[in-house]
Amino acid sequence: MKLIFERSRPGVRCGLLPPCDVPKALPAAPLRSCPPRLPEVAEIDISRHYTALAKEAHGVNDGFYPLGSCTMKYNPRINEEMAALPGFTGLHPLQPVETIQGALEVLCMAERLLCEITGMDAMSFQPAAGAQGEFAGLLLIKAYHASRQDTVRKKILVPDAAHGTNPASAAMAGYDVVSIPSNERGCVDLDALRAAAGPDTAGLMLTNPNTVGLFDENILEITNIIHDAGGLCYYDGANLNAVMGIVRPGDMGFDVVHLNLHKTFSTPHGCGGPGAGPVGCRQFLAPFLPGEQAVEQGGGFTLEQSTASIGRVKLFYGNFLVVVRALSYLLSLGREGIPEAAQNAVLNANYLMTLLQDRFDIAFSKGVMHEFVITLEHEKKRTGVTAMDIAKAMLDYGIHPPTMYFPLIVHEALMVEPTETEGRAALDEAARILHEILDRAQSDPAALHSAPQTTCVGRPDEVGAARTPRLRYSFPAAQ
Amino acid sequence: MGGYIPSSPDERGGMLQAVGVSSVEALFSQIPAAVRAGTLDLPEGLSELEVRRRLEALAAKNQVFRSVFRGAGAYRHYIPAIVRGVTAKEEFLTAYTPYQAEISQGILQSIFEYQTMICELTGMDVSNASVYDGASAAAEAAAMCRDRKRQRILISAAVHPQVIETVQTYAFGAGVPVEQIPLRDGRTDPDALRAALAPDVCCVLQQQPNFFGLIEEVRAEAVHAAGAKLILSVNPISLGLLETPAGQGADIAVGEGQPLGMPLAFGGPYLGFMACTKALMRRLPGRIVGETADARGNRAFVLTLQAREQHIRREKASSNICSNQALCALTAAAYLSAMGPGGLREAAEQCAAKAQYAAGRLCEIKGVSLAYAPPFFHEFVTRLPVTPDAVLAALEAEGILGGLPVDGGILWCVTELCSKAQIDEMVGVVREVCET
Amino acid sequence: MNTPKELKYAKSHEWVRFLDDSTALIGVTDYAQDALGDLVFINLPEVGDMVVSGEVFTDVESVKAVSDVYCPVTGQVAEVNEELLDNPALINEDPYGAWLIKVTGITDTEELLDADAYEKRCAEEEG
Repeated sequence: MKLIFERSRPGVRCGLLPPCDVPKALPAAPLRSCPPRLPEVAEIDISRHYTALAKEAHGVNDGFYPLGSCTMKYNPRINEEMAALPGFTGLHPLQPVETIQGALEVLCMAERLLCEITGMDAMSFQPAAGAQGEFAGLLLIKAYHASRQDTVRKKILVPDAAHGTNPASAAMAGYDVVSIPSNERGCVDLDALRAAAGPDTAGLMLTNPNTVGLFDENILEITNIIHDAGGLCYYDGANLNAVMGIVRPGDMGFDVVHLNLHKTFSTPHGCGGPGAGPVGCRQFLAPFLPGEQAVEQGGGFTLEQSTASIGRVKLFYGNFLVVVRALSYLLSLGREGIPEAAQNAVLNANYLMTLLQDRFDIAFSKGVMHEFVITLEHEKKRTGVTAMDIAKAMLDYGIHPPTMYFPLIVHEALMVEPTETEGRAALDEAARILHEILDRAQSDPAALHSAPQTTCVGRPDEVGAARTPRLRYSFPAAQ
Repeated sequence: MGGYIPSSPDERGGMLQAVGVSSVEALFSQIPAAVRAGTLDLPEGLSELEVRRRLEALAAKNQVFRSVFRGAGAYRHYIPAIVRGVTAKEEFLTAYTPYQAEISQGILQSIFEYQTMICELTGMDVSNASVYDGASAAAEAAAMCRDRKRQRILISAAVHPQVIETVQTYAFGAGVPVEQIPLRDGRTDPDALRAALAPDVCCVLQQQPNFFGLIEEVRAEAVHAAGAKLILSVNPISLGLLETPAGQGADIAVGEGQPLGMPLAFGGPYLGFMACTKALMRRLPGRIVGETADARGNRAFVLTLQAREQHIRREKASSNICSNQALCALTAAAYLSAMGPGGLREAAEQCAAKAQYAAGRLCEIKGVSLAYAPPFFHEFVTRLPVTPDAVLAALEAEGILGGLPVDGGILWCVTELCSKAQIDEMVGVVREVCET
Repeated sequence: MNTPKELKYAKSHEWVRFLDDSTALIGVTDYAQDALGDLVFINLPEVGDMVVSGEVFTDVESVKAVSDVYCPVTGQVAEVNEELLDNPALINEDPYGAWLIKVTGITDTEELLDADAYEKRCAEEEG
């Protein structure tokens, strides 16, 4: 496929702007010596180019997308239409409050609904993504301890099965990370946790259900151990889809949560973003929330920033249009629909696992919730076929592979999260395909090493890409 | 009401049977009763039509101004129709991060093209695939410059106040000091900058054009002579016309990419762009796409240099960023393709010309004057003989969003979207308030 | 597996080539480079840095992993092998030629193995 720069022909342009209707006048400042080499193309070139690129992309609407831990559920169209309303898209973020009452009401309404779902008391929509929500949440913990002149708490405890963002966020917040081993059930090892918790513990980061898809039934004991040590408990909302409307982080003993609106609340992932990672907390932490809060006041809405705030983590009020989409989804599902989504997510995962577990090893199969982890360690030893080979073979069948090689505590892992928006037929078909791939792995392992065969490119040379980075187009010398 | 659940009740019954449980409730049995929630206090689910009515009613409570003369970090520009045509494509909209390169070549290539365009705009060597916004880009850039010996961040007081605050928040996390360089006549005071450049300074962050719209004289030599890095936060439209960050000696260029085809949208989603010199390439946070080949020799694109990132390096990663603003980067790439070098220059020239025209007209009003000496790009501050609130209220009554009150004056912004007639109308309202 | 007799080895899979009593080159073993796979980048410490026996002094990157490298001796970094910055594959191609750092002023050394003992240990790790 040609790059857009390779479609460029000098002198071609789109007629977008009228002639300038005031006298031209350049600022008396240094100007750039040569123009940027942007493509010179007509609108049809752009249209064909991106249409062709879209054909070499795979979204939720293209097929089954069981990417574990990413909750690739269907993105309802109504959400898109609501986010495109001019009454939202045309608002300048610094307009007078009386002209943005609807936008502030959106934020307040979404806050109230999501606080009810999480058992929190307040929520900020500033964080743009889950990782930024984690960072903000940890700063709440940091600010809380600092406000009590409790300056010796330097450590954040993180289970070894955690997402990589957890330790990375803790480090960005200035904490030392203590990794807590998982027990043989894939849950937190309580003895190890007790041994690690102490007067230097600032807090614990946990996702529940955890990254192997199990609900940690010791959750109250876990949060008690941390609270008894004087630390706070942080809930990573990555896996909330399994339990929303059924159990609330606040009731499990968590003090701070972040949500991924682009996972649990159906906003589209957009090739990697924008998402939204609102951070919620209990009342005693609310004064530390980042940025301004939309608040209801005297029959209207206004913006307030607490003097104790950790400060903003981003411009303005976060990824507002993503919040509009999530609100649209929340209103659609409501009281019954929220737990129903979780129930069907869990049912789908259990059903798919049932179809697979006679031939695939499941890392922790007892009590699986919304996702499960296949381990191909045995298969690799027997046939040389790896988790990567199986994943790449799935591409030839038009389904997106599960998350590969995560969590780190499972070898040759494929982490499968079907979500509630797949029907039985899709799950049956996915199971059939996986069985067929396994048959091929056993009869002709060599063939799987060269999968995929039907995609527009085969496996790229990643070693070459990293050793000799080519990170931008090199224009031909003549141009 | 709708749950977007495609399985029929019968199918679900069959699935439960296959799993070997009598009810879906049995699948939640490991959750201790003590933590189970009862029925939540949520409204009943709504039909699609009801949802539409609710949200349309909320949108209608907002006022969208027909003329906008306010910028201050969020800029209204013309968005070519093709841009929305590109970003609405479901393959892009509903895909995740392109981890599986073989079925994501379209996404990876579009990011590679975006990276190239950002390099071309800024003159820098390497761009990442985007971060959250201009403010977090600045904060991440400052983090790139820190090492064991150099921790202190210098930031010009003429940087956008929300960017300063964001850098301070990130610095609070890292436990490193931030010092503001004071201003002289609306611009970074060069003497104060030189005096602040101590051996523990890791970087100097300046905005170009600065928060007041003014074009700064950047002193890269002084910064580099002190062993620090120079970060320039730039307006991407201005780069159609003004000297590049690379040309001004920047080690890292960052900025808010919203002007490149994104609506104002009450502040987000926007786009943080980041580009740097080759020397800093491995410190750049976030996704980066590289070109390589597959076994058959076809050109192929992949996410590369991943060992920098949190999913591999965990607590030793330089940043925790995972999700970024990919669809916004795609928006910017489609915008820049539609504009082309000529269109971008035209937009930049019209912004500059119209801002100068508006400033000239405003300054014809008795008691109105420029607060700071030119040159400026498309924003400028005027002093007024009356309170800013009086002027802004009068404009608001006419459906015009005036500039932002700053320092007792008003920070105006004029883009190519403001016609001469709109500018004249705005000036007329201001005149009436000031001269009566 | 190639394990030259004249070198000393750390349990954490680094080799040491003593140039004199207090100076040595440090690298990673053939066994280690094979386990790490194709290396794509080598982070190196700065000349002048102090390194401590048994502690991490740098890391090496493959496409999907980062691995810590431990220093078997205590001393000061006198030189780093900058060639590795441009060509990390050297470690895969010639692990005993591709030294990472030269340490001088060595004051302490962890318990090092000779080639036979190291090979035996690797065999045990293979299980």
